[in-house]
Amino acid sequence: MIRASIVAAATLAVVFTLGLSACGEKEQVIVYKQGKYQGKPDSKPWENDQFKGNQAQWETAIKTRNQSQNEYTRAE
Amino acid sequence: MARMKFLCDAERCIECNGCVTACKQEHEVPWGVNRRRVVTLNDGVPGEKSISVACMHCSDAPCMAVCPVDCFYRTDEGVVLHDKDLCIGCGYCFYACPFGAPQFPQAGAFGLRGKMDKCTFCAGGPEKDNSPEEYSKYGRNRLAEGKLPACAEMCSTKALLGGDGDVIANIYRERVTKRGKGSEVWGWGTAYGPPKGTQAPAAQPAPAPVAGAKS
Repeated sequence: MIRASIVAAATLAVVFTLGLSACGEKEQVIVYKQGKYQGKPDSKPWENDQFKGNQAQWETAIKTRNQSQNEYTRAE
Repeated sequence: MARMKFLCDAERCIECNGCVTACKQEHEVPWGVNRRRVVTLNDGVPGEKSISVACMHCSDAPCMAVCPVDCFYRTDEGVVLHDKDLCIGCGYCFYACPFGAPQFPQAGAFGLRGKMDKCTFCAGGPEKDNSPEEYSKYGRNRLAEGKLPACAEMCSTKALLGGDGDVIANIYRERVTKRGKGSEVWGWGTAYGPPKGTQAPAAQPAPAPVAGAKS
């Protein structure tokens, strides 16, 4: 009789332990995953008929245009 | 070369909307779509400020983060562009953008949304440079021609600067140190009077006529 009650108590303890494990705390915050561009590839701005792949020439053209926005240097 | 950026000088912007017009004309932007617009704060109040706003080509762009089809990409020059063939016109980017840059043309009746359209920093899109396809979808690719955005290059007061972020920051810094700020700026007193708390110089009375003098 005593042995049966011990077994029953042990079984109950195991059942409770297993049952409560389902209530474990899980991570609720969504982990953001960076997407990857899925579209068509684009060429560089110097890879065309005008600059013919010459990056330095393109950068010089852009720098000149950039400085033309500064009227302090244009006025001098 | 640093990242491409826009910088609008609120002290210089005169709300002429020339940048808006230049953009519309350069890319043949359809009705209802404004890639660029001028926003005025305290309109009509002395000291009102205007700035020209478009896509700011964010370094960590929220539109890129929320796009469900991942149609956005950033070029090595720091320009945020998108593939219109992939865009589904869901509008998530519009909700995410703090500048209201993404625009949606009406595609048919009942206000159906078309594919997203926004400022490209005059850098076109993922089509062959300066091809008719690129022009019809994204507008002119001025960057591939060695030019800067039309809005910045034609700004009459040079309030809107566009180009290499470091260079335009230097131009702006030089300006600010030379012109001062607030009432130190040339023209402020003419437009708005002396600064608050100071007394305007009283008008000089006409000299009293000398007795016997003929006028």
